[in-house]
Amino acid sequence: MKQTGLGHHFASRLLSLVPTLLMLITIAFFLIRVAPGGPFDTEKPLPQEIRANLDAKYHLDEPLLQQYFRYMGQIVTLDFGPSYQYKDWTVNELIASGFPASLAIGGTAMLLAFVMGTLIGVIAAIRQNTAVDYSIMGMAMMGISIPNFVVAPLLILVLAVYAGWLPAGGWEWSFRHMLLPVITLALPVIAYIARLTRGSMIEVLHSNYIRTARAKGLPERIVLGRHAMKPALLPVISYMGPATAGLITGSVVIERIYSIPGLGSYFVQGALNRDYTLVMGVVIFYGVIIILMNFIVDMLYAWLNPKIRFDEG
Amino acid sequence: MARMKMAGDALANDPFAAAFATQDIQGRSLWIDAWHRLLKNRAAVASGSTMFLMVLAVVFGPMLSPWAPDFTDWEHTASPPSLVNGHWFGTDAVGRDILVRTLEGGRISLLVGLVATLVSLVIGVSYGSVAGYYGGVTDRMMMRIVDIIYALPFMFFVILLMVVFGRHIILIFVAIGAVNWLDMARIVRGQTLGLKNTEFVEAAQACGVSDKAIIVRHIVPNLLGVVMVYVTLTIPHVILVESFLSFLGLGVQEPMSSWGALVNDGAQDMESSPWTLIFPATFLAVTLYCFNYIGDGMRDALDPKDRV
Amino acid sequence: MSLLEVKNLQVSFATPEGEVHAVNGIDFAVSTGETLAIVGESGSGKSQLVMAIMGLLAQNGRASGQALFKGEDLLQKTPRELNKVRGSQIAMIFQDPMTSLNPYLTVEQQMTEVVMYHQKLGRHEAFEHAVEMLRAVRIPDAEERIHEYPHEYSGGMRQRVMIAMSLLCEPDLLIADEPTTALDVTVQAQITYLIGELRKKTRMAMILITHDLAVVAGISDRILVMYAGQMVESGTVEDIFYRAHHPYTRGLLASVPRLDRDASDDLQAIPGNPPNLLALPGGCCFRDRCTQAQEICSQPPPMWRDERGHRSRCVLEMPDGRVENDSAGEAGSAAEESAP
Repeated sequence: MKQTGLGHHFASRLLSLVPTLLMLITIAFFLIRVAPGGPFDTEKPLPQEIRANLDAKYHLDEPLLQQYFRYMGQIVTLDFGPSYQYKDWTVNELIASGFPASLAIGGTAMLLAFVMGTLIGVIAAIRQNTAVDYSIMGMAMMGISIPNFVVAPLLILVLAVYAGWLPAGGWEWSFRHMLLPVITLALPVIAYIARLTRGSMIEVLHSNYIRTARAKGLPERIVLGRHAMKPALLPVISYMGPATAGLITGSVVIERIYSIPGLGSYFVQGALNRDYTLVMGVVIFYGVIIILMNFIVDMLYAWLNPKIRFDEG
Repeated sequence: MARMKMAGDALANDPFAAAFATQDIQGRSLWIDAWHRLLKNRAAVASGSTMFLMVLAVVFGPMLSPWAPDFTDWEHTASPPSLVNGHWFGTDAVGRDILVRTLEGGRISLLVGLVATLVSLVIGVSYGSVAGYYGGVTDRMMMRIVDIIYALPFMFFVILLMVVFGRHIILIFVAIGAVNWLDMARIVRGQTLGLKNTEFVEAAQACGVSDKAIIVRHIVPNLLGVVMVYVTLTIPHVILVESFLSFLGLGVQEPMSSWGALVNDGAQDMESSPWTLIFPATFLAVTLYCFNYIGDGMRDALDPKDRV
Repeated sequence: MSLLEVKNLQVSFATPEGEVHAVNGIDFAVSTGETLAIVGESGSGKSQLVMAIMGLLAQNGRASGQALFKGEDLLQKTPRELNKVRGSQIAMIFQDPMTSLNPYLTVEQQMTEVVMYHQKLGRHEAFEHAVEMLRAVRIPDAEERIHEYPHEYSGGMRQRVMIAMSLLCEPDLLIADEPTTALDVTVQAQITYLIGELRKKTRMAMILITHDLAVVAGISDRILVMYAGQMVESGTVEDIFYRAHHPYTRGLLASVPRLDRDASDDLQAIPGNPPNLLALPGGCCFRDRCTQAQEICSQPPPMWRDERGHRSRCVLEMPDGRVENDSAGEAGSAAEESAP
């Protein structure tokens, strides 16, 4: 049928990724290069020759614009260059070593947040204006309001230090080590998704087409699952893009608190050490993930929404 | 005009709106109406009162305290909360009073919240209203830029800004404000665009009401509600961002301190002296909680959709 | 026995401002094959009346009284029991076809689920049946268009889909809540004609809710006029159009444009607003707007009826009528007697 709408939508959104990516790289590049002080500024100035050699090695002696285009050329081949601080490492290697842990925690948290958030939200919506609804929404507000860098130490204090049930930090590929970071990271997202789902579900349940479905004598299970769920989930779907950005940002602080050697820790360390290439590499890497996630979400939304699917064709 | 339209809308799908319509015509104004509804919202009222006390406490509290924020009481280092030695919230490892430090940190946190929100308000409202007002190509270009910037990992740029330009408080205002104007711009633009085409504005135009009067009487009041709600919800967000930066050691610098920085300090010593974490953390959480409830309450009060 | 018999039905809504009394003691009956029109202005409670019967009231709404469908009280049924009646024996079409169909499901999905659930048809049979029904309401290329989403249909077409969907299980009673109000004038006539035509083919009874007397004349047998949640007059089409008794009914008739009347006769609007349903005044609910109001109207008005079942609630004397019951609230037996 008229599936061209979706194809057109896909192509135009794919094309619009290019300026976003360019902007991302450009801002990151120039922001760092205008910074006073460089990676090799130490307490005791390096001898002139060594400094010059280092600058030449990393092409820091070239005009800024030339450096910019050199870097762009490098990025196109997915090469983020050598790290300035971790001498024997390239940025690619650092990202490859840090990302698995970050992905495991972030991905699990995302999954948990989506499932728990929508579930809780739907329950609150069905029980609107009852004690169940009020207590769920009260807790959700707490989840949104209490920052995860407050929740994390408290959880560690209670569950790890006092009770001794779970490790206080460190990283292993085990359930016990992942549990606290994942929960801490997911909590605010669960809370936000629950509020979002509740709101949209209540709106959908008051809509005329749900009244029609009820008038047709359909059982509540079909009214909710088939008629109400999809429209109610649309706002949640479009929130998944910003949620990704939120989780990634959150992971910076979570990884630090739980001493997880992930990308977030590298980023903070790199930022404090002025490790240009590492910081840029992480920013661009995460930026691309967020941009791609937005794109996927956008496509998913269009695919789920018949009006967009056909109208833009 | 706006009230009439709403009453009309309600009549179409609300069987007993007629009953309310008569009350509306007799004219509780939108704002008084909203205010009454806000006062009925117990969570919002409680939050508002709490925040009022909080502001009084952080503004005047440090003046009344016997301790200076950076005074180190060597006789009572790492003291638990105690009424006897006068450190009600205890002291940290070097004997500084947690109560006065928490209040002092609250000054910075709230100040950042207020100022950075103002920055985002100014940028967002001017950008959004220009885009919405001119419409057409200008609007499309401007919003496209917003879309692009929106897709960037902004928190990372704030961190970069702090690293690159040093951790000065003015920079914190600007950096955080500069990150948060996007939503405001979108909302204001959408509102302006929508209001330009509503029946009540068109009706006013048809009746020959001047543009200025339309803007003053119809557009601005309707914009104001949404902007106010959004400002209330931006403040806690901004406070959160600042605490986040300070927690990572990238926010305000010593001797200044904020709740985020105090939580960071407290988290280091939490095993031996948990009170250094719990008090600033509670103040921060309560503040965010209250602002969110006030914002929620204001939105409910100003949103005519949820009237019944 | 009547197909549907409604006795002393009351509907109220709990709101922050207080209890809103939307329907205040309505009695009527509908027999197989008969069409009853319920007429009234916005807020007269006519929609809430049928929503209560269908069990579709908003969460804060409460219904009391009786609604006996084939002798069973619908108001006493649990949602699960009600679902055996709704959609199969009683079907409903709504005012706004733009929003009454689910925009996220195809017409096919929305139609087949009705018969698959109620009549346990297989997917294929359900599809055939749905297409057949769409043809009956004259959707062109029905077997193609059934795969489309509602927004790909025009307003009139959507209402045809709604009608087709409601008739899938050959219901005994169709409730049409302002089925043409949201449509263009030319389309209104088509839909009205279609409904009338389909009605003739089946023995289906219908309750038609409208504020438009012009729609009523052609297709209904009896008319019930509602005002402020009460019945003010009911009778045959002839009774209402030629022997209207209640001042409100006459006001309504005077506000309908008619070709057979001189253009110099101005259309008459009824002055004033309906009463506040939060606090209904005692006595006649129309007296504040009535040109013939008297002192006595602050007392509950008497109920007049003639031998053919024309009823009216007003102190003014009704020709050939006799007072049957003097209180507004306790009507009970009136319904049975008025059924033809």
